Amino acid sequence: MEMTELRSLVRGVVESGTLGYDQKLRRLAMLATDALEYPELSDACAAALDKRIICDMYEGHAPFTPRYVLPDYAVALANGSRHLELDPPDNLEDALAFLQIMYAHIPSVTTYPVYLGDLDRLLEPFVDDSISDERLDQLLRRFWIALDRMLPDAFVHADLGPDDGRVVRSILRVERSLRQVVPNLTLRVDPARTPDDLVLDAVTTVFETAKPHFANHPMMVADHGEAYAVVSCYNSLKVGGGAHTLVRLNLKEAVRQHVGGVDAFLEDTLPRMVELTAELIEARIRSLVERQRFFDTHWTVAEGLVRLDRFSAMFGVFGLAEAVDLLIEHEGGSGRYGHDPDAAAISYRITERVAELVAARPIPYCEGGGGRCYLHAQSGIDTDDHVTAGTRIPVGEEPDMLTHLTTCAPHHRLFAAGVSDIVHVDDTARRNPQAVVDIIRGAFAIGMRDFTFNLDDNEFIRITGYLVRKSDLVDIDARGARHGSDLLAAGSEAAYHLTTRAVKRIGCHELTPRADR
Amino acid sequence: MSSPRALIADTVPFSNVDGPGNRFVVFFQGCNFDCIACHNPSTIAVCTHSATRERSVDDLLVEIRRAAPFLSGITVSGGEATLQAPFVAALFAVIKGDPVLRRLTCFVDSNGSADAETWDRLLPVMDGAMIDLKCLDDDVHRALTGQSNRAVLESIRHLHSAGRLYEVRLLIVPGYNDDPELLARTARWLSEVDPHLRVVVIGFRSHGVRPHEPALHEQSAAQLAERAAIVARSGALDVVVV
Repeated sequence: MEMTELRSLVRGVVESGTLGYDQKLRRLAMLATDALEYPELSDACAAALDKRIICDMYEGHAPFTPRYVLPDYAVALANGSRHLELDPPDNLEDALAFLQIMYAHIPSVTTYPVYLGDLDRLLEPFVDDSISDERLDQLLRRFWIALDRMLPDAFVHADLGPDDGRVVRSILRVERSLRQVVPNLTLRVDPARTPDDLVLDAVTTVFETAKPHFANHPMMVADHGEAYAVVSCYNSLKVGGGAHTLVRLNLKEAVRQHVGGVDAFLEDTLPRMVELTAELIEARIRSLVERQRFFDTHWTVAEGLVRLDRFSAMFGVFGLAEAVDLLIEHEGGSGRYGHDPDAAAISYRITERVAELVAARPIPYCEGGGGRCYLHAQSGIDTDDHVTAGTRIPVGEEPDMLTHLTTCAPHHRLFAAGVSDIVHVDDTARRNPQAVVDIIRGAFAIGMRDFTFNLDDNEFIRITGYLVRKSDLVDIDARGARHGSDLLAAGSEAAYHLTTRAVKRIGCHELTPRADR
Repeated sequence: MSSPRALIADTVPFSNVDGPGNRFVVFFQGCNFDCIACHNPSTIAVCTHSATRERSVDDLLVEIRRAAPFLSGITVSGGEATLQAPFVAALFAVIKGDPVLRRLTCFVDSNGSADAETWDRLLPVMDGAMIDLKCLDDDVHRALTGQSNRAVLESIRHLHSAGRLYEVRLLIVPGYNDDPELLARTARWLSEVDPHLRVVVIGFRSHGVRPHEPALHEQSAAQLAERAAIVARSGALDVVVV
């Protein structure tokens, strides 16, 4: 970047009347690292990045923190922190204060924590008979308000379940009463451990706040072990580890680079594209680990809250729907993904081939994933246009729910780092929440990994996956945004006309947008 | 033996408004009532319209198996499902005998016109019935449906004593069955059958209904809530407003 361009971009940020103070700081930092040279890439890789066939999520030219850090807060609560000069807490109030302090020091690409911990598991040991439910609600309510007001957006994520307990019940009560954007929530569901009644409680919470997200616990444990969490915009990763980076392959653009049918795509074009993506991932990881040396310098590593060998990188794909439709066109057909079994069959061949290629490509510093990247169905960013998130069926074109779920489900097993399909339910479900519990149970039974519900008339809507309140989007240009994600949403609103759609669900966003926009 | 067949208007793989949980619904073609407030009048006549076709138990099982992981159960509706009771009994029996499907509950959504003999045929394989009571007053019932309510009241008592009455539905049609005194009497009668009965009070909606002279009107949410309150006041009934 030339100095004159940098100066003009910096001036745009500092003079913005819409960006808040914190948002300006984050963008300025991004512009600064973007003034450095990019990690060295082959010409082919640089060209693919330039054309955005592969995308580095605008994480910056010199990553100095992993994209997602999942500290093992249980270790911190047990040992205290020398770096933060905190003794281990021995009661609930101290534990909440301890965590709140810690959150202020947890890095990620977004500069604030994307993972707040498995809050019910962490806090349950501090809750005994001396604390009434009223008192528990009061303390968690205060904690919850602090999280929403202190942490900037809906990529902040807390995990619950799979076991029932007083804390998870209290958190759901507090959620329903406060109706906040932050934090985002996931309930892990294990059919053998999670009582239907707890899932029902979570479903009634969905009707109020469009949270929690639901994760298939046994499937996640099979891929990651017991210590995993869903963080940010539905990325499932190892606790005590995380993801160095996320690089995504635009399958629609990959097909546009391709001449010929499905077989040739799978044997020739796709392997080349996967290798270019892997090259970019490797270059970014080496930059983070070897040049910026995060793991040699950060206190969370020194205190054992994260370990390099529990990290991997996320290999994201998106635009599967358009890729399938284009390949069918190339072959002279007319089927569409989501509506035609032949199109679905092609989609499975594509994701299975991607999974095979990614599994065959060793990546350094990815022991968390057995030396390989985790696959992730990436759910979009606000600049995406005319390309569908992850492996989803295009917004507004979804078939009936049963066909929708059975079409998407076969992809899920391949995506250890998360899929996050969004399932729309209409308002009548409010009177019959058990029907939604049935759908959750069924979705897991047919092999879905994780998904979110959106309710037709909810005040909360998902823009590409993260939550915003409709009322927060009104007049955003004039008065600025409190949550960084609201600002992103305002951009997406314009792109997708979301609030006016009959069916409001869409792909996701997991990142600060480009610093120059 | 070949799979029994019946005239079926349509099926819906997922419904959250036809009984407890998520349900697969079979809408039979043909009804012995001719309700002026029917919101699905194309299913009344025993004749075919575009979607109607004869289907076998085996045909339905293919569809049910696909949806089964997501279901609490299946509901037969209509039209009037009990007019094709042998088919319903056969369908439910197969479900109850199937190792995978047997966890699904089998419900009948009915106008209540079936006689005791018909219900007794279904009871061994049926988990619950949802009965529409169009009106406790027989004259008004005839005006609304073209038929007497005697069989309906008898069905409600019979199903309750068999332990299979899941709910009674009251469709409130303004100007016909929304008189406060009549509703209070209806609630008392239902309380005598079962003091804790689940009663669903449904507001008339004109969507799909045939033109009628004089025209039928929808009530406001407030008016409906007021009528539901009358029903709720008259007993310990579990009243739900839709």
